[in-house]
Formats: sequence, structure tokens, C-alpha cells
Amino acid sequence: MYTLPKDAKLLVIGSGPIVIGQAAEFDYAGTQACKALREEGYQVVLVNSNPATIMTDTDVADRVYIEPLTVATLTAIIEKERPQGLLATLGGQTALNLAVELSEAGVLERYGVQLLGTPLASIKQAEDRQLFKDLMEQLEQPIPESEIVHSLEEGLQFLEQIGLPVILRPAYTLGGTGGGIAETMEQAISILTRGLKQSPIGQVLVERSIRGWKEIEYEVMRDGNGTCITICNMENVDPVGVHTGDSIVVAPSQTLTDRNYQMLRTAALTIIRALKIEGGCNVQFALDPYSDRYCVIEVNSRVSRSSALASKATGYPIAKIAAKIAVGLQLDEIVNPVTGRTYAAFEPALDYLVVKVPRWPFDKFPQAARTLGTQMKATGEVMALGRNFEEALQKALRSLEIGVDGVYLAEVAAWSDEVLGAYLAAEPDDRRLFALAEALRRGVTVAQLQQGTQVDAWFLHKLAGLVELESQLKQMTLEEMTAEQLLLFKKKGFADTRIAALIGTQVKSMELQVEKSAEQQVAVALSEQQDTASAMTGLLQVSKTHPATAPTPQDVRAKRLAAGIKPIYTLVDTCAAEFESSTPYYFSTYVGEPEEPNSEPFSKKKAMVVGSGPIRIGQGIEFDYCSVHAVNALKRLGYETVILNNNPETVSTDFDTADSLYFEPLTAEDVLAVIEREGVELTFVQFGGQTAINLASQLAEAGVKIAGTSLAGIHAAEDREEFRQLLDRLAIPQSVGGTATDVTSALATAKRIGYPVMVRPSYVIGGQAMAVVYSDEELVRYMERATDVGQGHPILIDRYLAGKEVEVDAVCDGKNVLIPGLFEHIERAGVHSGDSMSVYPPQSLSEEEVRTIVSFTEKIALHVPVVGLLNIQFVIVDGQVYVLEVNPRASRTVPILSKVTGVPLVDLAVRVSCGEALAEAGYGIGLYPAKEYVVVKAPVFSFAKLTGLDIQLSPEMKSTGEVLGIGATYEEALAKAFVGAGIPVGASAGSFSTGLLVSITDRQKAEALPLLERFAALGMTLFATEGTARLLIEAGLHVHTVPRDEESTQSLLKSGAVQFVLNAPTLAQDPTRLGYQLRRFTVEMKLPCLTSLDTAAAWLQALEAKTKPIPMYLNV
Amino acid sequence: MKGCLVLENGRVFHGDLIGATQQAYGEVVFHTGMTGYQEILTDPSYAGQIVVMTYPLIGNCGLNVRDFEAQKPWLTGFITSEACDLPSHHESEGTLADYLAKQGIVGLTGVDTRRLVQTIRQHGSLKGYIVAQDQREHLVAGMTETASEKGSLFPALPRDTVKRVTTPTIYTHTKHGDSHVVLLDFGAKANIARSLAGIGCRVTVVPATTSFDKIQALEPDGIMLSNGPGDPQDCADLLPTIRRLGETYPMFGICLGHQLIALAYGARTEKMKFGHRGSNHPVKSLATGQVWMTSQNHGYTVSEADFPAALTVTHRNVNDGTVEGIAHAELPVFSVQFHPEAAPGPQESYELFLQFLVLIRERKGQQLVYAT
Ligand SMILES: Nc1ncnc2c1ncn2[C@@H]1O[C@H](COP(=O)(O)OP(=O)(O)O)[C@@H](O)[C@H]1O
Ligand SMILES: Nc1ncnc2c1ncn2[C@@H]1O[C@H](COP(=O)(O)OP(=O)(O)O)[C@@H](O)[C@H]1O
Ligand SMILES: [Mg+2]
Ligand SMILES: [Mg+2]
Repeated sequence: MYTLPKDAKLLVIGSGPIVIGQAAEFDYAGTQACKALREEGYQVVLVNSNPATIMTDTDVADRVYIEPLTVATLTAIIEKERPQGLLATLGGQTALNLAVELSEAGVLERYGVQLLGTPLASIKQAEDRQLFKDLMEQLEQPIPESEIVHSLEEGLQFLEQIGLPVILRPAYTLGGTGGGIAETMEQAISILTRGLKQSPIGQVLVERSIRGWKEIEYEVMRDGNGTCITICNMENVDPVGVHTGDSIVVAPSQTLTDRNYQMLRTAALTIIRALKIEGGCNVQFALDPYSDRYCVIEVNSRVSRSSALASKATGYPIAKIAAKIAVGLQLDEIVNPVTGRTYAAFEPALDYLVVKVPRWPFDKFPQAARTLGTQMKATGEVMALGRNFEEALQKALRSLEIGVDGVYLAEVAAWSDEVLGAYLAAEPDDRRLFALAEALRRGVTVAQLQQGTQVDAWFLHKLAGLVELESQLKQMTLEEMTAEQLLLFKKKGFADTRIAALIGTQVKSMELQVEKSAEQQVAVALSEQQDTASAMTGLLQVSKTHPATAPTPQDVRAKRLAAGIKPIYTLVDTCAAEFESSTPYYFSTYVGEPEEPNSEPFSKKKAMVVGSGPIRIGQGIEFDYCSVHAVNALKRLGYETVILNNNPETVSTDFDTADSLYFEPLTAEDVLAVIEREGVELTFVQFGGQTAINLASQLAEAGVKIAGTSLAGIHAAEDREEFRQLLDRLAIPQSVGGTATDVTSALATAKRIGYPVMVRPSYVIGGQAMAVVYSDEELVRYMERATDVGQGHPILIDRYLAGKEVEVDAVCDGKNVLIPGLFEHIERAGVHSGDSMSVYPPQSLSEEEVRTIVSFTEKIALHVPVVGLLNIQFVIVDGQVYVLEVNPRASRTVPILSKVTGVPLVDLAVRVSCGEALAEAGYGIGLYPAKEYVVVKAPVFSFAKLTGLDIQLSPEMKSTGEVLGIGATYEEALAKAFVGAGIPVGASAGSFSTGLLVSITDRQKAEALPLLERFAALGMTLFATEGTARLLIEAGLHVHTVPRDEESTQSLLKSGAVQFVLNAPTLAQDPTRLGYQLRRFTVEMKLPCLTSLDTAAAWLQALEAKTKPIPMYLNV
Repeated sequence: MKGCLVLENGRVFHGDLIGATQQAYGEVVFHTGMTGYQEILTDPSYAGQIVVMTYPLIGNCGLNVRDFEAQKPWLTGFITSEACDLPSHHESEGTLADYLAKQGIVGLTGVDTRRLVQTIRQHGSLKGYIVAQDQREHLVAGMTETASEKGSLFPALPRDTVKRVTTPTIYTHTKHGDSHVVLLDFGAKANIARSLAGIGCRVTVVPATTSFDKIQALEPDGIMLSNGPGDPQDCADLLPTIRRLGETYPMFGICLGHQLIALAYGARTEKMKFGHRGSNHPVKSLATGQVWMTSQNHGYTVSEADFPAALTVTHRNVNDGTVEGIAHAELPVFSVQFHPEAAPGPQESYELFLQFLVLIRERKGQQLVYAT
């Protein structure tokens, strides 16, 4: 029974740029939804500002608008497209909020757009804290005592009533932004103040803290006819108090009796019935570990990160079914696409266990506060499946790519007992699991740990079991180990690398033991430098250089294979094998009887695409886009496709993307096992980011055929020295540089090169990252903080080429090169390419410069030689073109370029890798003609979540996502990109009512003045810190001077007189400086803060143009 | 100790023995619920069966005093992939292995339960033994002999399970209540009586073979037919009583009780390939179109061949279309194949007890009218 006629036009709103708390899961949900709606015969109009997504592919929807997600844009699109229905429950909080706004603005009514799925009133009931509270009371569902407050006074009054501790939560924010648990009055006041500001409706919920209870989530669905089902429940290993997005999670729950389980399930269904949900919904509970008491924490009346996880965990495609429910279908009318023979009206039964572990950005941002609380900080997550907890957990840990392959973190192991004890007593952070294991290793009991951390004893016992097995391993030698023993370790999830690292370390001499632990540290260190080596590469490389005494992972592997111990592959079939299933979605396990070898000959040639793992800063959803496109291209070429990945949020791990899906860690051991089982002929490592490319050498060594660019070619581009030589041979300019291991040599090198210089560690152990350094003094400071230097690792010092940066993606078949387009950066070099705004086609390059870039690209591509994709960053200084970096793989810009030029880069890369000639592929060679329109990419950051992190643009990437602005002119594209990134452009931005606070480093004062004059000319009210104010006064401008102290700047920002901040910093990352405090405070206040004059200039240009952007759909 | 499951088709599954150290024999069935092992262990409907849990980690919460469905387990064997011996739950009073040992039940763990389920799914219901590893030779040697001897090696399942598991005597479950329900115990799960008590009924439990007169003497307002083990056709002797009860009182049947009502009014039952046992079986109400997730445990089903006109189908399984609920066209008699008393499993069909109560109240109202 359809709500709307079959061919009706439906508008789907996506979730916009990736930010912490709203990530790739909505690409997955949105893509599924669009596909599902079109399957039912609807026309889909899609709006999303995020260009890196699959959902914004022109073949996912009938019309794709990559436009800012604002009421104004959506209104214009609705006016133009006249959709009959709107689906807003699949685009995260962003889409949900927009639907509410559109409805309240009367837009939906005006254009007769019907909101599909969960009704608006229900959305509000779940979102608005007061309405929600009322509903829970009415349903007799317990919630912690709480009150909605609108002011500090009100809050304090309530606090007097209920006492501390309390949790404070602003209404309508993403991932808990601005919330927190307060143990003291001071904390309460500070969080409350921030929360009131951050809630768009100025409401904060003050609530009794139930920290320490079990946190349990239910993913539930309801159709229009009232049928309700649970897809999955999940239990957080980290009890209430740590955001579910930051918790290690297992599915299904492990420590609940059926009575507990059903009590919460019934409560969840009662709630979604009352809310009249039509689609998916997430209900979070807290369960007292010592009684039957529970509380409802939250209800998300839409698909969420948890529902993506639940879909991947169970095989049940929640978003797809939710979309079908939204157009009126009932659960019992929809066939379960996994089994193909049962219906969507059922609850998945798992015969395995799922573990999710979040991936945090703290390795990259040592300054950011890494404590975990009610605000989510993870950028991504990994999921692993196993037939027992230990197996799933260890698989998940080695999927993280943080240099661990078990419950062991070298950093934590190095702590003294006192440090460890103090750590466990304090607020948890991302290292808690490792610290728990370490404590068990040192003899702390499960009971003590449970008491201290409230982590359930069940999980702690499992950890203790792993620790016990480790100690057994340490006491046996590889020779002595029986096949049965080895099988036991494999069943408990021990990686070959982990077995090799541990085995025999306590039977041999002390010397060997020392070597071992040093080796592990090195491995971790190596792996943390993502661009050099993955965790496993690190381990392998180190082990290989070792003399024969210590067994290598290869030795373990050899012994294992000789004993016939191989993983078994189990289907995720939604039904615990009760029904036959036709969907090849697998995970490996060592639990169970060996598989009978596949006797059927392979009918088609098989190709594997190695995925990109968890989303982290610097390696995001774009690689998932590339992986999915690679699979599609291979299918078109007649290959049977296999995809291997461990990220539950993504489209690549949708069960119907590849012919078979393997949900596995991305380590050599796990990848090789699948290649062997499937009989894969060709393996693609160029689409899965650095994760996949790092596996190339180990796979090749094991005899795997790597598609595209050869291993030697990959090496020629990746290895610094080899690459330097290649450029020299080709006479292509590059930045001159040197290395330094101490302050003296650094100063000498810098002197030789001349300031400013670009410095970076040759690898990072939580030390100082890449930076531009302007003086001896700064260099000394940098060297002091770069902890790695002390450990003998050199710092790389390059000449800082302060020029125009240009990014090129190209495809090459070894003979010819096709360059679909160039992206010119708006900020000068020194801002990471991922964090800079950029424009296609370039706006200020001379023909000569373009020719040089094309020619250099061709030379490099042909000499590497590249077969497939290639990404190069250039810098142009005074007409001279330098090469900064070459990546022999897909890059962040591939999806964007493919979309805006219409050149299917990934498809071409696959085709040439399979032997097709580029010249015959239909897109020509050389530089592809530029399109008429102009496209601007702008980065989006998640600074509010990463407390402590300095926000200034630098060579270190910090953004989590990006938006695109497409316009007829550069100015129009700029305006859209800014608006999409949350920096207003428009009538209200450039007027008298707008206050702009400026604070400019002496270094750039002269350069800044003309810009500031233009801002003044637009009529903005200028505020400036003292030095900058003097400059403005001298120039005859009217300015309000702000004293140089924290108090004054903060009260100014709080007063509401300032809407924008422009701060060109002298020195970043120094929390004692006013600049840092000012920048952080703008984040808390949710005010746009520009830190580069180039961004400011672009913003001015957009403001001055006063364009009226018109939504444009992609039509290439 | 190493042990194994030997199936009548010759397949052998290895594992470690836990619980009682003897041999177990029975029909091997699997349950797909991810929670509820304690309720399953003590559900009398599993009498004579070896139950395989498809969820691999069993025993995590230990066993507690509140979740027993009967005073003792009636199944003959229990098979898991893993059996937790360090449970964690505030109510836990012991481990799974200890409970099995104490109750004399044979357990086998470390089994590739997924493969075992696939075997059952493909071959249909199978009988099997759990034996210690060293006795396996014996059995397997026996199996290679002639077909008739094989029959004696894997004897037919007992036909008197209901009579074995039913209460030997009449007893009062709940003393006070507005309406009096007599519960015919064919192997009733404790939660049926509890559910009736929960809606305010007085509950008397009687043996399966109790005569009509005896029941009438108890002056019931309604009759509840419980779940129970085995083939409903083995209970043909009970049908006349059931028919008379149905003509006299509102009657509600669950599972075996449902099958017996069907048989009593002329429908047939048949054995299913491997039955429904789990907490996720979708059942559609033909009246409302709504689907309930239900708890199920049955190997037989009501057939629709020559379906009597006196009965109508009220509920159907969404997946295989089998009959899940029936009602008598004229009498206040209805029954369901699934378990509205849950335990384990979803609770949403609990409202059927309320429907029963409505029938009971209506009848009481009627009698009142006749009396004046
Ligand atoms: N009353 C409370 N006491 C302690 N912790 C809480 C309380 N309520 C929520 N939390 C914690 O805060 C986290 C985030 O809260 P939630 O309401 O789920 O917000 P979000 O919208 O960010 O998901 C939860 O996952 C939980 O761990
Ligand atoms: N020598 C240099 N001069 C100026 N800018 C540089 C130089 N080296 C790097 N950068 C800047 O730093 C950014 C990151 O450097 P890159 O080598 O591309 O690292 P990544 O591997 O993180 O992409 C570049 O995008 C560029 O803006
Ligand atoms: Mg939440
Ligand atoms: Mg770069």
C-alpha cells in the first residue's frame, strides 16, 4: 500500500559534510534509501552538500543537487522540483532538523510536500526534551530526574534540588556537543553556560547522573500498520557515562538475562508505538547492574550510526527497509533481501558476536583532550565478527590500524604501577581497554577492576582469559607448540603477528625478552606514521631484520598452514542458519569444523578490492567511494568481485555492493586468507587509501598479483629518497631540504635553506606534527617539543614554498595520461590540501603554468610508471612549479573531480589496470577540457568535539569533511561553499549589524590591511586586538579596540556583538597564548573563525559579489 | 572430557562433555534465541530432546532462582558452542555446567553448532546420542549394520512424554482471583500460570488426564490448555475431554494445547521438517494485519488439509505460512501455536491472555443473565 503514486517525485535530504557524530553511516543510509525508493518506482531528487559520497553520484538519484543544506536552498529546490514527498529520516540530525525547519517555515505546506515516514510531531516529541519527558512520564517509562532549563539561574535552582553529580545536555545538538557530566558546582556552571549557547533553541537538560549503569541500545523498526520489531540490541562495554559512539560495543548484549532483554525490548517497542515511528529508531537505555531498574536515556527517531552498525552486525538493511516503510509498505510485505525467502518482519538471530571499537583522532592530535565522556570524539569505527568475544575483540583491535594487534599497547605497558593505578581511577580515555588488560597482567583482580570502572565482570573475565593465554604463549616455543595449542590461540583471535611477538619471550634469555619489547615499541612507532607503514608492515619489517632466534609472523604462518589451520568463513545470514541464505556476506572464524574445499571450479575471474578501514582524519569516506566504484567497474568488466573492509558505516560494506563481502581486518594475514579462499586473481590496493597501499608489499611477497602500478612503482613514489632521485632525473623542481637530529643541526640546516622552513618529524609518536617555522627561536621550540628527536629519529626540514598549491589527479595506463582537471588551492601552500579551500577549474594559473603542471604530471606518471590513479600536489612560486608529493593511489579529490568533470576516474583506473588502453577508453588523453561551471571545495571541521585542539590552518590536516559549491561563476561557487561549510555569505553577513573581530600577526599586518579596508567598506563593524587596532586606526578606519586579555575577548564574544572572527596567528598550539584562547573560544561559541588571510580574501570576494546563488543539479 | 554427538544419519560432532556424565539420547532440535537459555533448559516441551543453542555464548548470566520454567529440566541433552563458567549477573547463583551436573543432564560444548544446525536444516529432524569419545566407536560400529538394527540403535521417540511431565496431582497455583482458570498441564511452562495470575485469575493446575467431571467439580470459569512435548496425536485419548470442556467453558490453548484443540475439532496435525524454535518468529494476525514477534517451540503444526468448517485460522506465520492461531466459529475457544507467555522471548502477544479474560467475563455475564 503506497502512500504516493508510483512515479511520484520524492526529495531525499542527505546529512552534509562528515563531522564527528555524523559520518559515513548516512552515506550508507542515504544510498540505500535512494536505491530502495527507485526500486519501488519513485523519482528521487537528492540534496547533499557532501561531494565525497556515493549517494551524490548521478546514478544513485534521478536528480542530484550538491548544494548547501539550508532552508533557503531547499526551498529553492522544492520550488523548482515540486516533489510530492520528503524523506528526512535518513540524513541524520541535519536532515531531521531541516525537515522541522522547512515545516515550521511553512514551505512543506506551501508546496504540498508530504513528509514521509515518521510524522513531524513524533520527531519533535523525541527531540524536544520537555515533550520527550512528558511522553515518558505518560508511558510510565523511567527516565533520570531532570529539568529543562533556559538560563543559568534556572539551572542552579534545579541543581539545588537534585544535587550533584549531574549530566547537562543541550537540546538539538550533534553527538552531544556542549554536554557533559559535572561533579562539582564549577563544572556544572561552565558546562551549563556552554550548553545554553550551543543549543540552537537555548535549552539544556539538567539530569541526575546514572554513570556506571550498563548502557544498552535497541535498534527498532515500526511500520505504518503498527508492526514493531527489534533488529538488534547492543551492549556497551563502557558503561553509561561514555558516549555510545566512543564505547566499545558488543552485539547482541552479553550480560542480560532474557528477562532483562525482554523488559527493555518491550519498553523500546512501547516507546516507538507511542511515537508512531514509521521507519527505524534507536532507543538507548541504562540498566542498573544490581537490580531490574532501568532508565531511558534517549530516543533517536531516525536511522543513526547505531543502525548502520546494527545493519552490518545482523545483515538486516535497516535504511533500505525504513525507506520502503516511509512510502507505505509494511514489514510483512517486504522480502528480507538477505535470505531472499523470508520477510522483513522478523528479528535477526545471530549465531556469532560482533564487536565495535571506535577510532579516535588522538594519535594525530596529541594536544586534544582524550578523555571520553558524553560528547563523542571518535571519527570512525571498526567492526569485527567472531564466534566468541575474544576472537571478535582481537580482530577489531587489529582493524584499527593504530599499531596494535591485541590487547596490548606499548605506551600503557611502559607505565609504572602508580601511573596505571591513577589512570584507571581517573576519567576514562581511549586507552582504557589496554589499561584494563595491563592491570590484569600485573595481578589486579577482576573484582577490583569492576569496582573501579564499572566495566562488567564478564568482559573483564574475558580480558583476563586473554592475558592468561598470552602468558602461556610467552612460556612456550614455536617448535614445542602443538597444532591443538596453536588452534586454541587462533580460536581466541590471536593474530600470527601477535603470536610471533609473544611466543617464547619468557623461556629464552633475558636478552631476547628485551629485544622483544623494543621491537614492539618500534612496531607501534612505525605504524603510527601512517604514510610509512601500517601496523603490520611495521611488525613484519622489524621482525625480518631480526636474527633467527625470534620467530617471525611468517614462521607462525608457515607452522599454522602446515598444520592445516585455516580460518572458516561464516555467513551473516540474519537467521542463525535456520534458513538458507543467498547473500555472500562473510566473516572469518577459527571456531568450527574446517571447511570442505570449494570443489566447483570458479566460473568467472575474480578481483578483490581492498578497502580503507575506519574513517580517520586524512583518510575518509572518499576512499570508500573509490572502493565502491572500483567494484562496479570490475563488475562491468565481467569480474566476480570481492571486497574486504572492516568499517561498518560505509557503502562498501553493504552486502549488495560486491559479489562477496568479507568483513575482516585489513592485515596481510586476513587479506591473504581471503585471497586464497576465493581464488582471487587480481588485487586492487590503490583505492583503499594508505591502508590498502601499505599492504601491497606483503601481499606481493606472498605471491599476490597486485593490479595496476607495480610494487616497484609504488615504492618509487612512496619512498622519499627514491622519489627525490626520480624528480632529479626528470629535472622537476622540488623543495630543497635536509634532516636534523638535534637543535644545532636543525638550526644549521634552516640557515642553509633560509626561513621560513617546513618541518616535520620523520615519524610521529604522539609528538609534534608538521609545521611552518619562521625563526630560530620557533625552531628551537619546535625541536624541544618534538619528542621523537630525543629518540634518534630525524626531523625533516624543507624550504617552505609559500606559493600557490595545485592538486592534480590523473589516470595513466603506462603509456598515456589523462588529467580530468586541476584544483587550485585558495590558501597558499602550508595549509594541508585536505584543509584548504580549492577551486576547479583553476582561476589564476597562467597557461604556461598549466602546461608545466600537465607536463610534469605526465612525466612522473610515465616514469614511475603508474597504471591506474595518481595524485600530485604542486606549488607554484614566482611562476616556478615545484612538486610537493606524489601518491600512487586514489586521493581525496577523486570523487569530486569525477563528479564535476564527468570523467569516471576510478572506472578508468580499473580498466587500464585490466589492460585497456587509455587512448581508447573514450575520454581522450592529456588535460580534459574544463567545464563551464566553477566548483569550490571547502573543508568542514569538528573542532567543537576535539577540546583542546588549536584550530588554525596548518600543514597538519584537521578537517573531518568537506562541502562543495557549484556555481556559474567563481563568486557564486565560493558563496555556496562557504554557506555549506557554515560560514554565512549573504545580505545579512556583510552589513552594519555584523561584527568582525580581527587579530593579525605582525608578520601579516601589512598584507591584511587592504582586506580589512574592504571589510570596513562593506559596512561591517570592526573590533580588533590592540596591535591590529592601531594598524586600522592609522589607516583611518573606525575600530573598537579590545584589550589583550582573555576576559575582554570572551565577554565581547559573549555579548553577541561579533559574528565572525579573523585571526592570523603568530604561533599556534600554545595554550598560554591569547590567540589560542581566542580561537578555542570562538569554537565554543560556534562562531566562524578564519585563520588564513587567503580564506578571508575569498570570503570577501563572495561577500562583495552579492550573488544570489541558484541551486544547480549535476548534469555531466 | 571429550565427547560427541552422533546423529542417526552418521554425522558426528565433537565437543567437550559438561554436566552429568552419562549418555543422552533424543531428537536433536535447535533454538535460535540469543537469550533465555535458562527458560529453555526448563521448558517441559523439550522432554526427550537434545537442544542445540545456535547462539554461541551460553551461560553468561549463570542461573538464577527467578527464571525457571519448571522445577527440573526435561530435555535429555544440551549442546552449545561455548558454555560460560565465569558468569556475571547480580542474580546468578551458579554456572550452567553446575546446574546440568546437579540435574543429571548431559551437556556438550565446543560444538560447531552452526554446522550442526545446517545438518538438521538439510536433513530435517534427526535423532542422536551424546556420548563420551571412547564410546563413540561402539555406536558407529552399530550403525554400519543393517537397517533394521539401525532402527533399534536409534529407537523411536517415546510417545508418553506428556504423561511423564504433567503434574501428578491437582494443585492451586494462585488462590485468589476474580475468575477461576483451570490449567491443563501437558508440560506447562511456569509463566503460563504466572501470566494468568498476572491478569487477576485464580489458577488451578490439573494433570493432563483429569476427567471432565473432575474439572467441572472445580467450577472453572475458563480452561487453559498448556504447551507440552511430543506429537499431539499421541494424546488422542485426551480429545473427548477437551471437546467437552470447549463446549462448556471458554478455552484457550497454547502450542500443544493449540494442536489438541485443532485435533479435537477435526483438524489434522503433521510433523514439520525441523520445527520452529526461537524468539523471532513473525506471526500475522489475519484480523489486524499486524505482525507479532513470537516465542516458539514446536515440531508439529496444524495442517490445513481438510480443515474443519468449525474452525477458522486467525494467525499465520509470515515466513512459511503455517497456521499459528485458530478460533472456533461458535464457541469461545481459541488457540495459538506460539507462546504468549514468552519466557523466553517477546512479550507482545501477552494481550491474548486479556482476550481470554474477556471471553471468561462475557460468559460469566451470560450466566448471570440466565440465572435471574
Ligand atoms: N543521566 C546520565 N548520566 C550519566 N551519563 C549519561 C546520562 N545520560 C546520558 N549519559 C551518557 O551520555 C551519552 C550521550 O547521551 P545521549 O543522550 O545518547 O546523547 P547523543 O545525542 O549524543 O547520543 C550516553 O551515551 C551516555 O553514556
Ligand atoms: N615544502 C613545502 N612548502 C610549502 N608547503 C608545503 C611544503 N611541504 C608540504 N607543504 C604543505 O603541507 C601540506 C601537507 O604536506 P604533504 O607532504 O602533502 O603531506 P600529506 O602526506 O599529509 O598530504 C601540503 O598540502 C602543503 O600545503
Ligand atoms: Mg545517544
Ligand atoms: Mg598531501
